Amino acid sequence: MSGREEVLARLRAARGAVPPASAETPRDYRPAGRAADLDLLVDRLTDYRATVHRCAEPEVAEVVDAVLGGRRIVVPRELPRRWLPASVTAVADDDLSTAQVAAVDGVVTAAAVAVAETGTIVLDGGPDQGRRLITLLPDVHVCVLRSEQVVAGVPDAVARLDPRRPLTWISGPSATSDIELNRVEGVHGPRNLHVVLLAPDAR
Amino acid sequence: MSRTFLGMPGTAPPGVGHLRGAEPFPAAARRGLADPQLRRNLGHATTTIRAKSGAVIGELPDWQALREAGSAIKTDVLTRLPELLEQLEAAVTAAGGVVHWAADAVEANRIVTELVAATGSDRVIKVKSMATQEIGLNEALDAAGITAVETDLAELIVQLGEDRPSHILVPAIHRNRAEIREIFLRAMPGVDPSLTDDPPALAAAARRFLRETFLTTRVAISGANFAVAETGTLAVVESEGNGRMCLTLPETLITVMGVEKVVPTWRDLEVFLQLLPRASTGERMNPYTSMWTGVTTGDGPQAFHLVLLDNGRSAVLADEVGRQALHCIRCSACLNVCPVYERVGGHAYGSVYPGPIGAVLSPQLTGVEDNASLPYASTLCGACYDACPVKINIPELLVHLRDRAPHPRAETAAMAAAAYVMDRPALYAAAQRAARLSRFAGRRGRGLPPPLSGWTIGRDLPQPPARTFREWWAQR
Ligand code: SF4
Repeated sequence: MSGREEVLARLRAARGAVPPASAETPRDYRPAGRAADLDLLVDRLTDYRATVHRCAEPEVAEVVDAVLGGRRIVVPRELPRRWLPASVTAVADDDLSTAQVAAVDGVVTAAAVAVAETGTIVLDGGPDQGRRLITLLPDVHVCVLRSEQVVAGVPDAVARLDPRRPLTWISGPSATSDIELNRVEGVHGPRNLHVVLLAPDAR
Repeated sequence: MSRTFLGMPGTAPPGVGHLRGAEPFPAAARRGLADPQLRRNLGHATTTIRAKSGAVIGELPDWQALREAGSAIKTDVLTRLPELLEQLEAAVTAAGGVVHWAADAVEANRIVTELVAATGSDRVIKVKSMATQEIGLNEALDAAGITAVETDLAELIVQLGEDRPSHILVPAIHRNRAEIREIFLRAMPGVDPSLTDDPPALAAAARRFLRETFLTTRVAISGANFAVAETGTLAVVESEGNGRMCLTLPETLITVMGVEKVVPTWRDLEVFLQLLPRASTGERMNPYTSMWTGVTTGDGPQAFHLVLLDNGRSAVLADEVGRQALHCIRCSACLNVCPVYERVGGHAYGSVYPGPIGAVLSPQLTGVEDNASLPYASTLCGACYDACPVKINIPELLVHLRDRAPHPRAETAAMAAAAYVMDRPALYAAAQRAARLSRFAGRRGRGLPPPLSGWTIGRDLPQPPARTFREWWAQR
């Protein structure tokens, strides 16, 4: 018997008779579809030591300049170039080596979704977000978020995301609770997370 | 061993892995109790986490409905486990992954060792995983000449301190910041001798120490918090970013996962991603959760192996009462509220699974005869049941397993230890006696004042009278 057949046979024998119809899972918790509260998102992000900047789209480059001016950064291939000030040296991620990505100071990306209730941004590897490693190795991550990407709760985010893409859910900078169970910021991931929340389009 | 009874539910084999302690709970507990520093560290840490967790759970108006859903999903999973695993296998394979099946620790260790050897690498980076600790994977790799580097801060503290883990979530919970500093100064190569015991400085030291290893190691080994049968998606929930490093940078990723971690649908994650962080670290959301489905061209590991592990889980599933222990999402909330755990520490439980969940899971994985005293390592106060985000009725399981424990002498010995644990020997013994009497008499401890009524009702009636005991406990 192969390992596979062995494990499956054991589990079949152990599980016993299957109940005729498995009951529908009770889902009486708050479903997707509530309105997203941008102020709540800002509050939650700030609570977990992310820095939040609220501005209009044309002002993104100024924010990036204030955070990363004079530094070397990596950007995903299709990041809008108008978000980058002249003061940064930006390298597009054309299959850069790990060492090359590790050597830069920061990264600027867009996002896929953000969850207001938990202060979470989610990246899905889209062309304006890039490979997972570019938001992991640099010490400063600036993430630009459009207001319509903000959802109320976790069920909304799960409904919007495509599980077939590599997903990274980020809630604040890298942290640990391993020393006396207190949250301490700054272990292996970026130690500085800046979220640029764009004002809703005036249209 | 397993080969004798092909296809029959089997327990975890002895002689490999970390499910059995070197000595019974009562003896090990005495050592924990004799260490005042340990008790102070644990008391401080669990008090902190209980407050944090309580606050963020209080923010959710639908916490009970989420627990209800989480429990129902897990119940459903266990009735359909073989089918869901086959579905998961098909989805992972379709996305470019390779699925392996391991009946026990020996097979899992062999599979992983061969996979690593095939890459030619003699070093792997690991993200904290209960399953790989359970099977003793690091020892198996070491025997094959492969170095396993634990990258989780607490695991690193344990590894450098030549210590053993004592908590599911925070394996070094028994160490305070001053002790961690001493361990780093003593055992971390290249550490700055002026290192302080400021937690951010300690975290930064770990960051520097592991950076090069992350960037140059070609194989990683992880566990998984969830695996979605419908889509083949794996999820790892973490804080530090070491998980992301392991899941993203190497060429080959090997994930070892207990079979019970599968969930039916993508949507089910909306429940567990709300339950787990609030119950475990007391955060609205943990800093990082990574999800991946097979292999993504041009992003992350280009070879992905998933090892599905039984190692006694089929034996747990075979017990219709006991199987709810397989609902566990390893949040460790039950440890953090347990008065016995807080006093004896995690090492006393002998297994990688300490605390209340360990007391019901370890004996079932190994067979009760190999962990006979663990079902007695509890006062049946019921705090663990209230805290559990997936509503595992641990007191009910403890009573059930006590009925299955092979030798009455074990009960006597363990009860004596538990009494010692509770620092109220006379009171506790009286409660136990009363409980036994009341069981015969069917009186359920009537006539006894609190707190004794708490214990006695708890023993007789699996539905625990938690409030009485905890109110009393809080006032002590
Ligand atoms: S038994 Fe419940 S409370 Fe304990 S670790 Fe498992 S899920 Fe958490």
